[in-house]
Amino acid sequence: MGEQEYWRWTEHRHHEESINPKDGEIVAAGIDVGSVSSQAVIMVDSQLYAFSSMRTGSDSPESASKALAWALEGTDLSTEDLDCVVGTGYGRVNIPFADKAITEIACHARGGNFMYGPSVRTILDMGGQDCKIIRCDEKGKVGAFLMNDKCAAGTGRGMEVFADLLAVPIEQVGELSFEVDEEPDPVSSTCVVFAKSEATGLMRQGWPKSKVLAAYCSAMAHRVVTLIERLGIEKEFAITGGIAKNPGVVKRLEQELGVEALKPRHDTQIAGALGGALFATALVKKGKGRKKK
Amino acid sequence: MITAGIDVGAKWVKVVLLRDGEIIGRGRELTGFEQKESASKALAAALQEAELQETHIDRTVATGAGRNDAPGNPIELTEVTAAAIGAVHVDGSARTVIDVGAEEGRAVRTSEDGKVVDFAVNEKCAAGSGAFTEAMARALETPVEQIGALSLESSQAIPMNAQCAVFAESEVVSLLHAKTPKADIARAVHDAIANRIVSMARKVGINEEVVVIGGVARNVGFIDSVERELELKVKVPEDPEYVSALGAALHAANTEA
Repeated sequence: MGEQEYWRWTEHRHHEESINPKDGEIVAAGIDVGSVSSQAVIMVDSQLYAFSSMRTGSDSPESASKALAWALEGTDLSTEDLDCVVGTGYGRVNIPFADKAITEIACHARGGNFMYGPSVRTILDMGGQDCKIIRCDEKGKVGAFLMNDKCAAGTGRGMEVFADLLAVPIEQVGELSFEVDEEPDPVSSTCVVFAKSEATGLMRQGWPKSKVLAAYCSAMAHRVVTLIERLGIEKEFAITGGIAKNPGVVKRLEQELGVEALKPRHDTQIAGALGGALFATALVKKGKGRKKK
Repeated sequence: MITAGIDVGAKWVKVVLLRDGEIIGRGRELTGFEQKESASKALAAALQEAELQETHIDRTVATGAGRNDAPGNPIELTEVTAAAIGAVHVDGSARTVIDVGAEEGRAVRTSEDGKVVDFAVNEKCAAGSGAFTEAMARALETPVEQIGALSLESSQAIPMNAQCAVFAESEVVSLLHAKTPKADIARAVHDAIANRIVSMARKVGINEEVVVIGGVARNVGFIDSVERELELKVKVPEDPEYVSALGAALHAANTEA
């Protein structure tokens, strides 16, 4: 029991049985190698066909090929069927088999546009080791953006640290944080390291885990709201990345902003890779895909 | 006249007892979660060393983040002032004081009589405090007391990309996976924290002598990195973690009741 890793979120893959990729003209892939997680998305004629989401290992190229192989697993496709591969994310320059590397900002905007529709104007991406706020137009083109990649406060990694500290599986953190009679004050420390000591002190005072998590989720929401307000928010608003799956942060963030986020239609963690696959599709249409045998 | 200086830090409570300016007793205790109790214990230890009772103390001054939990209804003093008074007392030539504790780092420029001219504090982020070296020592699986000596064995400077202690921990793990020598990682850790502390000191102005106090001053690897970053030698007083408590006790002696 002591060895359980509460931060460890579930890796997963999926492919759309209703699509026959062999009928498609363009098969394109996007691979997002983030600092914490890696995703691969396969699109067939601009339709989402298959994806995988897994933890990034210590080696970027290996994480990229693993994610791609897993997305292709159980489908009729192999890497030879791909017309174009776009890499994105923090490890994008380190994907040897990618035809092009595109920034995660551009890919998240493009992926967010596909995921949430053309009405999205502000995308908040809450990733493993960074947090970005991106303004985009109806085509998913980036207008302006702000980013925090210096500090773990407000990132998925910070939440992982807390899940581990409180021994609560990370996927249950959000729900559990609402099991409080009254919303506590947010933890006062911004820094994750100091927030950890603060939380330990609160537990010693007899606070239940749910209350400590409520205090941490609202501190994280507040931190992100400060970043959002620096750029300004325009509706519609959508959230991507792993933290988008944590209602404990999302609901408190919506409340503080006074704006509701659109409900996701896909796994929020694949937004970057999805954007990459869309760019790859566009490249093929322009005749810039890879030469196939 | 007998005075007490109590420094209730994030990690340790330190107490210094003075009789007419001479140290007659010291005590310390891990702060833990029962801050009040720990402060009383540290005071009791100092009193025992001085062979005195609490009633013998004429005046008490408390400093540190938890100073409102210090016993004996003390006068409160900021950490910055306590550090300045203490450092100038132990080293009359101190003009820039760097104080790095468990959860805070600060730089203070002082006048020759120990008055604060300017200061900068970081208490928001673990990256500029002892908590950073502790987290990195954990990742390196090396006791924090040994990480300083370890970094002196380093033969090359390698960069640390992460600033945040949480991200730096992952970076250290990756470096270990890549078979980077532990000594080089330890040096990179100290270079990183020294860089942040020195940039804070530059804000207030570097005036020789530079004196480094606080528990982290015991870390020889950190001091080495600070000296390299500053391109000058710094002074570390004996028992640097007691300097602020000493400053508080001195302030008690010089304050009108």
